[in-house]
Amino acid sequence: MKEVSKKIALIGNPNCGKSTLFNILTGLQQQVGNYPGVTVDRKTGKFSSTAGKEIFITDLPGTYSLFPKSIDEQIALQVLLDKNDISHPDLVLIVADASNLKRSLYLATQVIELGFSAIFVLNMTDISESKGIEINTTALSEYLGCEVVKMNARKAEGIEELKNLIEKPLNNALKKFLNHEFVIGEKNEDKFSFSELVLNFEKKFNFYSNDKVSQNEYFKKAISEESILRYRLLTDAIPKFVSKIKIDTSDTTKKIDHVLLHPVWGSLVFLAVLLFVFQVVFSFSEYPMQLIESLFSKATSLFKDYFPDGILKDLFADGIIAGISGIVVFIPQIALLFAFISILEDTGYMARVGFLTDRIMKPFGLNGRSVIPLVSGVACAVPAIMGTRTIANYKERILTVFVTPLMSCSARLPVYTLLSSLMIPENKYIFIFNERALLLVMFYLIGFVAALLVALVLKFIVKSKEKSYFIMEMPSYKMPRWNNVFLTMFEKVKVFLFDAGKVIIAISIILWWLSSFGPPQQMMKIESEYETKMALQPQHQDSLMSIMNSKKLESSYAGIAGKFIEPVISPLGFDWKMGIALITSFAAREVFVGTMATIYSVSDMEDVRSIRQKMADEKNRDTGEKVYTTATCLSLMFFYAFALQCMSTVAVVYRETKSKIWPFLQFISFGALAWIISFAVYHLVK
Amino acid sequence: MKFQLKETTLNILKPGDKGKIKSFNDIDLSAKLQELGCVPGEWISVEKIAPLGDPMMIKIENSFISLRKKEAEEIVISIKED
Repeated sequence: MKEVSKKIALIGNPNCGKSTLFNILTGLQQQVGNYPGVTVDRKTGKFSSTAGKEIFITDLPGTYSLFPKSIDEQIALQVLLDKNDISHPDLVLIVADASNLKRSLYLATQVIELGFSAIFVLNMTDISESKGIEINTTALSEYLGCEVVKMNARKAEGIEELKNLIEKPLNNALKKFLNHEFVIGEKNEDKFSFSELVLNFEKKFNFYSNDKVSQNEYFKKAISEESILRYRLLTDAIPKFVSKIKIDTSDTTKKIDHVLLHPVWGSLVFLAVLLFVFQVVFSFSEYPMQLIESLFSKATSLFKDYFPDGILKDLFADGIIAGISGIVVFIPQIALLFAFISILEDTGYMARVGFLTDRIMKPFGLNGRSVIPLVSGVACAVPAIMGTRTIANYKERILTVFVTPLMSCSARLPVYTLLSSLMIPENKYIFIFNERALLLVMFYLIGFVAALLVALVLKFIVKSKEKSYFIMEMPSYKMPRWNNVFLTMFEKVKVFLFDAGKVIIAISIILWWLSSFGPPQQMMKIESEYETKMALQPQHQDSLMSIMNSKKLESSYAGIAGKFIEPVISPLGFDWKMGIALITSFAAREVFVGTMATIYSVSDMEDVRSIRQKMADEKNRDTGEKVYTTATCLSLMFFYAFALQCMSTVAVVYRETKSKIWPFLQFISFGALAWIISFAVYHLVK
Repeated sequence: MKFQLKETTLNILKPGDKGKIKSFNDIDLSAKLQELGCVPGEWISVEKIAPLGDPMMIKIENSFISLRKKEAEEIVISIKED
């Protein structure tokens, strides 16, 4: 391990190409960690300088100034000010968008004025040059008192020069731009210079807080004054190093927006994009998912053939391998959704999605950017919840995370299909519509409406430290960078596998244990009974085996739990057999079908027809009435629509909110909601 | 030729309209917008209004910014009156 010779931090406005530069410098040598107490990701990495020294680099959250307006911006400032933070830099790389120089200089002069050694990275020079803007770097360097390097991060131009500059000894020029004293208080008690203003503000206040601290107002006035003064300063200074050599009238972004934000064409394109996202996550990922599933089932059977019988074998085959398979199977959906999200972000279209849909989502306490996660939630809540990172406002993000599992995901589909086929005979039509299909569509709608309504309720309950502004920059349209797309996919899959994966494996093992173990005496009795039977009637071995498995499941701890919860679920029309399925479904909702197969001793789990037949024939022991009546089936469907029966969702909510409270609240409140609605449905229909 | 300046708020402007920022009625909003370069004295133009009537997109210098009408209401601008 080489010794870290220098720590640097990247700071810059959002969309200035900061992350592209970070990706080029670090490649796969990057890591995602946490800042204590917040959900902001700490992106760090390493690279070697030209002389082979190791450089530690942190990509700070994008910010416009050193007066934070959000938690992300607060983190950027904290890292700069806290000397004990592991990312605290020796050298700051200020990344600037050359076509938006004034705003970049606003932040740059603030950072330099705090006394940091800095390099000013003038990025996106190709765009500014095409607009006819010429920047004299020597004059700019003189003005800023630090090195200036021209760069085009997308084409990796200027990287070598930057690496050489990083090697140079540090220079704290301590340049002062703003010679102004800010008055805090009624009677001129405190007079602060700019850096004193930053330090004092950071310690006591923040902008996104709604706290009404008396002095806060003075600070806010001073900060407002600061931006006016500094911009005035820059307006005067910029002609010294910028010349416009031609007047550019063709604005590509404006032209594209003319179509993409058009009331008719814009809406059509937006719907097409939504449909495409849906298609990508829903169908395209199906083939690799099936491949993964079949590979794992082959691996399991191979393992079962070669490994000696015993608990260890069962633990590996049915607990651990099944758990890993349950995690790996998500990779195609996560990778594809994030490829798509990062293309949308990169091109600048994601900001337009927010612009187009904000009016619809705002009344529900959601954000225009909640749309993509919600729509992908129809395929699977897991990648969808990971996709909420693009929502900047904390409250709007939490609300989106919270309600996304209500969207009807693809794992509910097998459950709905099985239950609706028990209620409605095949080929029954209302006009030209198949009744089963109509019921299915209804459940998709119920999911969507429930998500919006729950968000509406939460809007009034969740307290936020941030104010909900919708002021955001609309970045210019750009081509996506495939390197970024690939790295985003890679990083998201990695985070899911290692962070959420741990929880999923643990729950998977618990579920395996619950359904394969029971009071030993009971289990042994069943085994010996059926082993004798099988020895006597070897020709019926298969059917005896499945009856034995059914009996074993009934006596297992899961079976006991199913019977134990029967009093709670019988008002919904459920018996203990369904209780078992509710418990095992926690692995994934579609496990309902497999559990039904085991309970009704159907040896082939794929044979949905015979499962359905057995369920349809099921009679109540006491009354002799059918168990799977329309009321019960509907009640079950509603239960599956609302209850959070998915360990992967719980794990990913835990990872994304960095708190145990949110998944817990979600689990409890959705469970209660499911119970109440199923209860009402069961009694209304009965 | 002399023209009259009329004071109004940003939210009532239509796409294509231009105005000069005068002041902000909300201090938090002013801090947020000013760091983006929307400082008093700058010209802004309304570029687009979202299909459902809200939010709106404005242009200042070389950048486009979107904001809700409710936020635009807090921005006092002066426009040329014809």
